[in-house]
Amino acid sequence: MTAISCRDVAVAFDGFEVLRGVDLDVASGGWVTVVGPNGAGKSTLLRAAAGVVAAAGSISLGGRPVDGLTRRELARLVALVSQEPVVPTGMRVVDYVLLGRTAHLGFFEPEGKRDLTVVASALDALDARHLADRVVDTLSGGERQRIVVARALAQESPVLLLDEPTTALDMGHQQETLELVDRLRSERNLTVLATMHDLTLAGQYADRLVMLVAGQVVADGPAAEVLTAEAVAHHYGARVRVIDDATGPIVVPVPGANPG
Amino acid sequence: MTPTPPREPDGLRPVSLHGWWLVFALGAAGLASMAGLVLGPADLGVGRVLVELADGLPFVEFDSGLGERQQAIVWEIRLPRVVLGLLVGAMLATAGGAYQGVFRNPLADPYLLGVAAGAGFGATVAIVTGAGDGIGVLDPVPLAAFAGALLAVTLTYLVGATGGRLNPVTSLVLAGVAVASFFTAVQTFVQQRESETIRQVYFFVLGQLRTAGWDEVVLLAPYTVVCLAVILAVRHRLDVLGVGDEEAGALGLEVRRMRLVTVVAASLGTAAAVAVSGLIGFVGIIVPHTVRLIFGTSYRVILPLTVLFGGAFLVAADLVARLVLQPAEIPIGVVTAFLGAPFFVVVLRSARRAS
Repeated sequence: MTAISCRDVAVAFDGFEVLRGVDLDVASGGWVTVVGPNGAGKSTLLRAAAGVVAAAGSISLGGRPVDGLTRRELARLVALVSQEPVVPTGMRVVDYVLLGRTAHLGFFEPEGKRDLTVVASALDALDARHLADRVVDTLSGGERQRIVVARALAQESPVLLLDEPTTALDMGHQQETLELVDRLRSERNLTVLATMHDLTLAGQYADRLVMLVAGQVVADGPAAEVLTAEAVAHHYGARVRVIDDATGPIVVPVPGANPG
Repeated sequence: MTPTPPREPDGLRPVSLHGWWLVFALGAAGLASMAGLVLGPADLGVGRVLVELADGLPFVEFDSGLGERQQAIVWEIRLPRVVLGLLVGAMLATAGGAYQGVFRNPLADPYLLGVAAGAGFGATVAIVTGAGDGIGVLDPVPLAAFAGALLAVTLTYLVGATGGRLNPVTSLVLAGVAVASFFTAVQTFVQQRESETIRQVYFFVLGQLRTAGWDEVVLLAPYTVVCLAVILAVRHRLDVLGVGDEEAGALGLEVRRMRLVTVVAASLGTAAAVAVSGLIGFVGIIVPHTVRLIFGTSYRVILPLTVLFGGAFLVAADLVARLVLQPAEIPIGVVTAFLGAPFFVVVLRSARRAS
């Protein structure tokens, strides 16, 4: 089954086309990572899939077109982890993760026991139970990233959108976060659509890569097919060597003048 | 130190309103109210006032020993004024807290969207046309002030909704600034042309808790009760706005509807309060911020406590306004700012040390 299906998706801000003619499918339980240079429209694609920016064309989640869905219905289908989540000052971790329950609660409804149970399970899944009473804005970058993912898990939606989940993290925490997401994906049968800058990591964790350039899909397939030295040089304006490895292509920057 | 609440079965302790905090806030409101009933030119005594109040309860009878005139002072002069103070204080403070939540702006106060300027305009028009003196249920001044306030807020909302590319919060706040300036300009113009009524207008602008029996309370209570109930009901979702409009939307919150419901309730309640009490400043800023600094940043704690402390604060301020220059009264807006500002500085400094 297809968890996410985009057909001819286009997004324009102030008349400027950020995405056009994007077709993208993610199978249920799959992991697709969108790569591409800065300004390619990666974040916009995720935000369109989450329904927070208006898009032309059609986007379906689990076979349901997002157009006819209310915000609550949508948030039960898809959880978005933003690139730079807004952290409210003074809010404790438990309350922050509880925000993930918004879509399951009425306008005037207080959280109940079940919501707390879900939050506890989300914190446990991320080995973050010990952080529950900490204030979010005092956490380290790695801890904060786990809390934000915990909030998305508390949403209990089958699709997880991760916008640059590793950008602010050191190498160890990058791997830890991606391993965690991969584990959660299989444990909870989640579908993951992510964006990433680190091409090597992107290739190691996704089933498939989609390369987006100037708002259009230029390549879609297994990492070994998408991450060629020519494609990276052409689209990123970068000089790289791609080494074939059992874990996937390793993209290494090479010093020297950039190729035109 | 406040007692820690029992842990939930999961071992998690989400933020919640502790019973002791509520007792403390109720105590503050009770104490201020009692002082408001007992203190004044006529010396009635705490014990006798308490017995007199108990006598007012159904099915019981006590003899307080108060004469008929003293009883009238309690029931027809001081009690309605205390209740009016509780209602206006609770409404202005809670509306301020709610605005700060939905606009994510610590400087938001109940007058942000032009309520004050609209009310001032309405009242000025009623006063200069000689329609009334501002007392009583059917007096045109509060009605005109109420109408002016609602007109201004509605205009702000209509203008703000057409903000185009601007962020909706920014465009609404800017629309409020524009509408308020406009109404203030018109009010000043009208007032200049009819300068003999300046004093009356001036009194309205500085705010006052004047009562004629229970009329004002009866007029205001339904609005206050309904608007406070709505604001308290949305408090469970108000914290979601702390992550910004886009993330809140992605979490499943209908952000526009949330903001509309809250702003309508807060504005309607403020308009009603301003109509009977004039423009009492500072309550809507100082009370919710003090509560926030002492009890934490969650609106599910801030708003209920702000209702009680807002009422307590205004009743206390009114007491000062009545007593300091007896038999003359200081405008209550002067007292709220004069006492409130230094107190707030103290709270702010101690909170910074604590953190």
